[in-house]
Amino acid sequence: MPAGTLYRGREGMWSWVAHRVTGVLIFFFLFVHVLDTALVRVSPEAYDKVVATYKTPIVACLEYGLVAAILFHALNGLRIIAVDFWSKGPRLQKQMLWTVVVIWLVLMVGALYPVLGHAARELFGS
Amino acid sequence: MSAETSSAAAIGEVEGVSLYDTDHPAPLIEAPRKRTKKTPKSTRTNFELYGWLFMRLSGIVLVVLVLGHLLIQLVLDGGVSKIGFAFVAGRWASPFWQIWDLTMLWLAMLHGANGLRTVINDYAQRDNTRFWLKMLLYTATVFTVLLGTLVIFTFDPNIR
Repeated sequence: MPAGTLYRGREGMWSWVAHRVTGVLIFFFLFVHVLDTALVRVSPEAYDKVVATYKTPIVACLEYGLVAAILFHALNGLRIIAVDFWSKGPRLQKQMLWTVVVIWLVLMVGALYPVLGHAARELFGS
Repeated sequence: MSAETSSAAAIGEVEGVSLYDTDHPAPLIEAPRKRTKKTPKSTRTNFELYGWLFMRLSGIVLVVLVLGHLLIQLVLDGGVSKIGFAFVAGRWASPFWQIWDLTMLWLAMLHGANGLRTVINDYAQRDNTRFWLKMLLYTATVFTVLLGTLVIFTFDPNIR
């Protein structure tokens, strides 16, 4: 392993790190998700049984994490495209990252009830 | 330099005789970097450029497809609690959603596989490790894309 290569690149580096980590996580979920959907070719019961685990409170929290990863990866991906193709992109990359973070926070607050609402009702009663 | 030292007579008998004349021309020496028929075919292509471009183009399409998918599956009409075999059957009755899901599957898998290829190239330092990790990645990718495509095209709502 190379030693002493911590590159203190601030916003540019950390958004790059977060883009990688979220990308790898999403890819692994996608693999599992295609496998679970393939159960519709086995039987309705097999599919419904696996989908039932997606409706448990613990997995609902993981879904919220998945939504967080996808939203960041999508918004930061649009920022990367702007940096690459928009003439003012490289100069405004930091401002665009903070814009991404703000939009991400707003959407995450908006996703709280739709994604975690049924889990909360199950845990604490309606 | 005087005129005498640069003239042929000043060099002496042996050095002054030219080996070449109009009947015996000097051999042509190629320019150092000139590409000839003997030059090996370059293995360099623009693959990485097209990969880079694909990530951006597929990314824009995926933002629409995936966020739409999340909205339908996790937010609208009761969120995840409505999902079941009947819900899938209802959506795949329409060719529009079949094409939506098929495009999303192919673009997301290729986008993700290319991303992971970059990550493997960056962090796996031994040649063997890098090779086998990528073989594993390509195998899993081809398997997943083909399985997903098969499921979308052969879906049978009356399986039971």
